[in-house]
Amino acid sequence: MTDEANKEDMPERESLGVLAEYRSPHELVNAAKSLREDGFTDMEAFSPFPVHGIDEALGIKGSRLPWMVLTSGVFGGVVALWFQWWTNTIDYPYIISGKPFFSLPANIPVTFEFTILMSAFAAFFGMLLLNGLPRLANPLLANERFRKVTNDGFFLLVKPSDKENASSVATAVRDRTAASSVEELTFEKKSERLPRYVGMAAAVLVSVALLPPLMVAKARATTSDKPRFHNFFNMDFQPKFKAQTDSTLFADGRAMRPRVEGTMPRGGLELDSRFYFGVEEPDGLLHTVKQVGQQPDGSNESGPQPNYVKTVPVPVDEEMLSRGRTQFNIHCSACHGKAGYGNGLVSQRAIELEQGTWVPPTSLHSPHLLDQPDGQIFNSITNGVRKMSAYGHQVPPEDRWAIIAYIRALQRSQNASLEDVPEDYRQKLREFN
Amino acid sequence: MSHASVIVPSLDEPLVKGNHTYASVTDTVCKITERTQTPRAWYIAFAVSVSLTAMLFGLIGYLIATGVGVWGNNSPVFWAWPITNFVFWVGIGHAGTLISAILFLFRQNWRTSINRFAEAMTIFAVACAGIFPAIHVGRIWFVYWLAPYPSQHLAMWPNFRSPLLWDVFAVSTYATVSLLFWYMGMIPDLATLRDRATSKVKQFAYGVASLGWTGSARQWNRYEKAYMLLAALATPLVLSVHTIVSFDFAVSQVPGWHTTIFPPYFVAGAVFSGFAMVVTLMVPARAWFGLKDFVTERHLENMTKIILATGSMVGFAYATEFFIAWYSGNGYEQFAFVNRAFGPYAWAYWTMVSCNVIAPQMFWFKKARTTPWIMVIICIFVNIGMWFERFVITVTSLSRDFLPSSWGYFTPTPIDILMFIGSFGLFFTLFLLFCRYLPMIAISEVKGVMPPPPEGDVSRSAVTDGPAPSAEPSPVGNPGPNPFLAGGGATI
Repeated sequence: MTDEANKEDMPERESLGVLAEYRSPHELVNAAKSLREDGFTDMEAFSPFPVHGIDEALGIKGSRLPWMVLTSGVFGGVVALWFQWWTNTIDYPYIISGKPFFSLPANIPVTFEFTILMSAFAAFFGMLLLNGLPRLANPLLANERFRKVTNDGFFLLVKPSDKENASSVATAVRDRTAASSVEELTFEKKSERLPRYVGMAAAVLVSVALLPPLMVAKARATTSDKPRFHNFFNMDFQPKFKAQTDSTLFADGRAMRPRVEGTMPRGGLELDSRFYFGVEEPDGLLHTVKQVGQQPDGSNESGPQPNYVKTVPVPVDEEMLSRGRTQFNIHCSACHGKAGYGNGLVSQRAIELEQGTWVPPTSLHSPHLLDQPDGQIFNSITNGVRKMSAYGHQVPPEDRWAIIAYIRALQRSQNASLEDVPEDYRQKLREFN
Repeated sequence: MSHASVIVPSLDEPLVKGNHTYASVTDTVCKITERTQTPRAWYIAFAVSVSLTAMLFGLIGYLIATGVGVWGNNSPVFWAWPITNFVFWVGIGHAGTLISAILFLFRQNWRTSINRFAEAMTIFAVACAGIFPAIHVGRIWFVYWLAPYPSQHLAMWPNFRSPLLWDVFAVSTYATVSLLFWYMGMIPDLATLRDRATSKVKQFAYGVASLGWTGSARQWNRYEKAYMLLAALATPLVLSVHTIVSFDFAVSQVPGWHTTIFPPYFVAGAVFSGFAMVVTLMVPARAWFGLKDFVTERHLENMTKIILATGSMVGFAYATEFFIAWYSGNGYEQFAFVNRAFGPYAWAYWTMVSCNVIAPQMFWFKKARTTPWIMVIICIFVNIGMWFERFVITVTSLSRDFLPSSWGYFTPTPIDILMFIGSFGLFFTLFLLFCRYLPMIAISEVKGVMPPPPEGDVSRSAVTDGPAPSAEPSPVGNPGPNPFLAGGGATI
């Protein structure tokens, strides 16, 4: 802060005006009035509190501030209402107890609060803007005497126009008003630009502050082999046993629990042995089929045979056959081939690779299969036979029967005579050959 | 900001007592922040408050690391102390803006001496209030999900039809506007401190904070406009905030909550508790900091009258709730209120009634309205009662809801209790810092309600010039040669 008085002799000083001090607000208002009558228009009064009547004395007009506040408030209200409507009705409609997506009463509180918030911002920041604040470099504040303005000093700053000079203004002020002191203020004209190092420091700070968001952006845009970094675990790691793992909790060391003895799951009763097992009941060997199934090596083929059902125990129609074809092509054709000759792609590949353990799938057209009861084929599908694994757990019984019906159709198609074909088509078939 | 000339002649006592001049007002208020030796009592109080604050934040850390199970909240009382504390603190935060805004619009000039103090209290109380719902959300690290921002992660927006969301908007708007109002009111006084500052640090800090205020007529003109507009905006705001807080309860269907009386009843209660807190703090502060000339018996008496009025409103609301429960013929509602007064929480209910309804009736007596220590005791009772009011509302209704099989009894854990105590630590920490470093009285506003110095009475305005930083003798009131301008300026 420079002392104005002591640096009067420096050449590059500029006049700020004539500063007069008054003892009371009343004197200040009177002085402003009389100087204004004398034709001084460029004046500013300073006081420790708002002085009544000074606006009229200085000719200060009304402010634009109320309009700014109104505009901002209306803007806030419209934006808040629109935003609530758009987010909750258009962009992401919330279904809450069948209530309407947009209901004005429920949106009033937020609209109201946002209107008030925007208006308050306009009032506060608008006041600062119109007042030119913050203004931290002000030559007026460098004046020692002027510091009384925030205590008990009442000041009037009269700026000379182009025609007048400062000393004549000072004389006029002294003559015309009850000023307790009058002083011509000058100030050294110097750059109000910030020192260079401030800009440098700001640049460094901004650059450093940008690093964390950049790192976040990089992490979001790239992939990494490392596991995710957990600030908070949330529910990502829970103490629990997964399927097929061991456990010290149970005596048998298994995490998965077997079915409790003497219980069965819902829908597990399976009373209809014809449908579920392909076996006529009552039959003493039902137990063998149900519990043990066939041995992997097919050993029970030579033992006592259960009384298998001869034909599919459910009505066969075209829809069922079509279902059977779909299921056959999904589950069976990979090995048995689409026509059932045991030349599916898996088998072809295995032979091509000379897999020593590969047992070629049975041709569904081999004689022993043509004579087998449907119930036995059902049993083979359910429990597997030789190298073929069991499909009972993934193909439901009705689909197994559909597959069998389709197999029977396949067999018929591959072992048909000309007489099986309707008369109309026989001629056509002859032409093909 | 009041107009300079306004002083109501019909009132028996002046707003500022003692033979004060403008300069002595400045001096008295500024000396509190300028004293070089901080009083030992301040240090002790500050140490206690900071320790409690540290405890609060330590417990918050524990809560975040462990989960909300550290509180006593459990089915069916999912809202317990945290929400009670939230409503309690927000309620206290209502006095400041009420004094600043509503009393300003009603031209109640006596507010000038206490508004700064009350506004500061408001802001600190709202800060304490904001903590509790924020840490109640469970996974606090996702608290930003409350904000309506375009999120690719959530791909959704907040539900704007939820009272809890309204509450977020209401309380954060209130905190922001109160802060603006408080800070704007302080700018001229910060400029006063700037102009009196002797150390470089203070000159810089107060200089930046006062934004270059010069007190020019044009600045004052816009400042008063802005102040008036803010007051006009804050008036409906202050009424809306506790209204919306009451919606948290009233929009639900729980018996004892689902009532239309809640908004006015909550607002009256908030003003009641806020004023009680102002008096509780103001009485010791005016004694310790030598502000009895500005905060006179008349100010205190006015505040006690408001406490009496709002306390009676609250009592009336309690009675109305019971009447409506009976009159509505709704069995659940009737049960809720009978349970409130005679159920397992009867002890809390009757504590509330004694403190809130009976205690303030003492203010019908002139002696109680003019004796500071009686006032403080009554106001402390009011504060206790208002905490219990929120506890009773929250816990009695939740613990006895529609389904008797889910009924329960809430018991707080030590963490609940220590966190509430810790919030007082935070409140007083902020308050003590305010008392030490910021002007406690709105200096420029008080000057505005003082009678102007008599014409030509030189001695009066020359009594004190304030400790100007310059070593030069001050020229004020000295029409002789000005040593200041010895260099040869155009002067007297």
